[in-house]
Amino acid sequence: MTKQGLMKRYIFPVALAFALVVGGVPVQASEGGLPHAGTNVQDQASLQRGAKLFFNYCVGCHSLKYMRYERIAGDLGLTEQDVMQNLNFTGAKFGETVVSHMPEADAAKWFGKAPPDLSLEVRAKGADWVYAYLNSFYLDPSRPVGWNNTVFPNASMPFPLWELQGMQTPVMAEAKPGEDATVEKLVLSHPGKMTPAQFQQATRDLTSFLQYASEPAALQRHHYGIWVLLFLALFTFLAALLKKEYWKDVH
Amino acid sequence: MANVFTNIGDWVNERAPGMMPMYRAHMTEYYAPKNFNLWYYFGSLALLVLVNQIVTGIFLTMNYNPSAAGAFASVEYIMRDVEWGWLIRYMHSTGASLFFVVVFLHMFRGIMYGSYKKPRELVWLLGMLIFLVLMAEAFMGYVLPWGNMSFWGAKVIISLFGTIPYIGPGLEQWIMGDFLPADATLNRFFALHVIALPLVLLLLVVLHIAALHEVGSNNPDGVEIKKGPKGNRWDALKPADGIPFHPYYTVKDLVGVGVFLLIAAFIIFFAPTFGGWFLEHDNFIPANNLATPSHIKPVWYFTPFYAILRMIPSLFGTAVWGVLGMFGAIALLFLLPWLDRGQVKSIRYRGTGFKVALGLFVVSFIALGAVGAGVTAEVIPAWFGNVDVTFWENLFGRLMTLIYFGFFAFLWAYTYYGWEKTKPVPERVTTHD
Repeated sequence: MTKQGLMKRYIFPVALAFALVVGGVPVQASEGGLPHAGTNVQDQASLQRGAKLFFNYCVGCHSLKYMRYERIAGDLGLTEQDVMQNLNFTGAKFGETVVSHMPEADAAKWFGKAPPDLSLEVRAKGADWVYAYLNSFYLDPSRPVGWNNTVFPNASMPFPLWELQGMQTPVMAEAKPGEDATVEKLVLSHPGKMTPAQFQQATRDLTSFLQYASEPAALQRHHYGIWVLLFLALFTFLAALLKKEYWKDVH
Repeated sequence: MANVFTNIGDWVNERAPGMMPMYRAHMTEYYAPKNFNLWYYFGSLALLVLVNQIVTGIFLTMNYNPSAAGAFASVEYIMRDVEWGWLIRYMHSTGASLFFVVVFLHMFRGIMYGSYKKPRELVWLLGMLIFLVLMAEAFMGYVLPWGNMSFWGAKVIISLFGTIPYIGPGLEQWIMGDFLPADATLNRFFALHVIALPLVLLLLVVLHIAALHEVGSNNPDGVEIKKGPKGNRWDALKPADGIPFHPYYTVKDLVGVGVFLLIAAFIIFFAPTFGGWFLEHDNFIPANNLATPSHIKPVWYFTPFYAILRMIPSLFGTAVWGVLGMFGAIALLFLLPWLDRGQVKSIRYRGTGFKVALGLFVVSFIALGAVGAGVTAEVIPAWFGNVDVTFWENLFGRLMTLIYFGFFAFLWAYTYYGWEKTKPVPERVTTHD
């Protein structure tokens, strides 16, 4: 077979199949035009900062019921002492999972809905969604807890990070006749302990930690994946040589 | 050492004299056409994936808990606490999607080169049965993690049986063992998924290969090598254009296996959810009969058939037409050997009408997949702005449904009335690589 013939009959269908497969992916990955979270589960320092935020601000209400303290220590490069003294405020044992102390029935009474377990939040909603959600709380006196959210309108959650971000107030767009006014943008009316840039980094860290918690195996995947691919590339190369050798006498 | 092996071999042969002849008939003395191309890798790859699904499936069952209360948590247990559990599960979930990739390409090859035609009708029918059982197997497997899409997907698919007049509602409850997909449903689906259907699948695969080896493989030229000249380097009475399956095609398939595993490993290690196509976002939320996902849709490999179901409207007060359309889309594939009356097998020598029709068929299949997966519902407003999305989606989806079914109608008329202008088929196979 000629070189061109090979090109036409092998390369093209492979390229086409690949294009179809890869081209199909971004359609679902875009998550409705949310800003890119920019998380990175390989960044151990970011995960550590995120864990600190989670255990200081979130675990009061939210569990990570599939995540063990011991696993967090191992994956984030922390000692048992680090975790038990600085992160574990629930009194659980090192080998136990992260379970909030808030009684579910009370929580449902206080907030209208029990705070969800966050073990798989990022896998269910996407990192971009979680990051945007954490940055989109605003003061709304009409809501029971005084907070509302543009990414998840009428969320029942109060905003625990307000002392870090400060408080945002909405600028309302002009309402169309017969419709409720919508939020056009949020402005930071009361600055918090962090600058907006610092807060974005903090929520990025927190989202990274939740992304890690939703799939701790991601660290192992990336670690082993490259070696598996290299081995398979070598295997394929040797198989191709073997095939060529055997097929020399087929005319 | 060599002596020991020879002795063992002799010992076995004396007691089971039929084994070596069988090995020869199917491996070293099974003569396959020497001109197989890229499209001929997918049969052996399907077998490889089947083995992968069985082996990883066995390990998954060791830690999976088939109960509505425990299923979801047991999957997370596998993902987090079982040593290498994440790898086993991703191999299984990625394998399920790749099974369909490989099988769709394998079936397309059969249509393209007329491999379903006489004398291989039985091979095709057995293959179609495999496809049918595989769909049932995949559907039940998808229910097992008991995520919210598992639950709602099961509810929608089982409710299809409820559209059958008279017996429908009773049948639906009988399948579920409850009024909703529940513990009883999950238990029976687990039993069917891990024992019943895999056994049927294995039996059908053995029959599929046995039927194939009886008549011999087709090839990209659609030339019957058994009818061509006799005599090759190995046997004076066997086809001149045939080469022994082993070692020639076993080493060649090994290259295909390498490339396939590279792609599979890339997905398993770097994109196991494949952007929500192989493992869906909503399935990381536990099953909840009070919270409907915003878009209920099956996994990608069912979306073309699901789209046909959705595109066919209710008539005369029953929604059974969509269900008939969906199953009809598969039933027509069974009938291909009798719908296509053309004498020429391979697309290389068939009329332009066939080439155009097959091209449109592929386009309609992919387009229906996009409709079923909800891609059109996103793309139409994004590209065309403020338009009636349902109207345009229905128009597009129904046109594609028409093309899908039109392919079969056209193929029959085209060949039955002799409109096809074919090219002369060569005496011998033309190329090999």
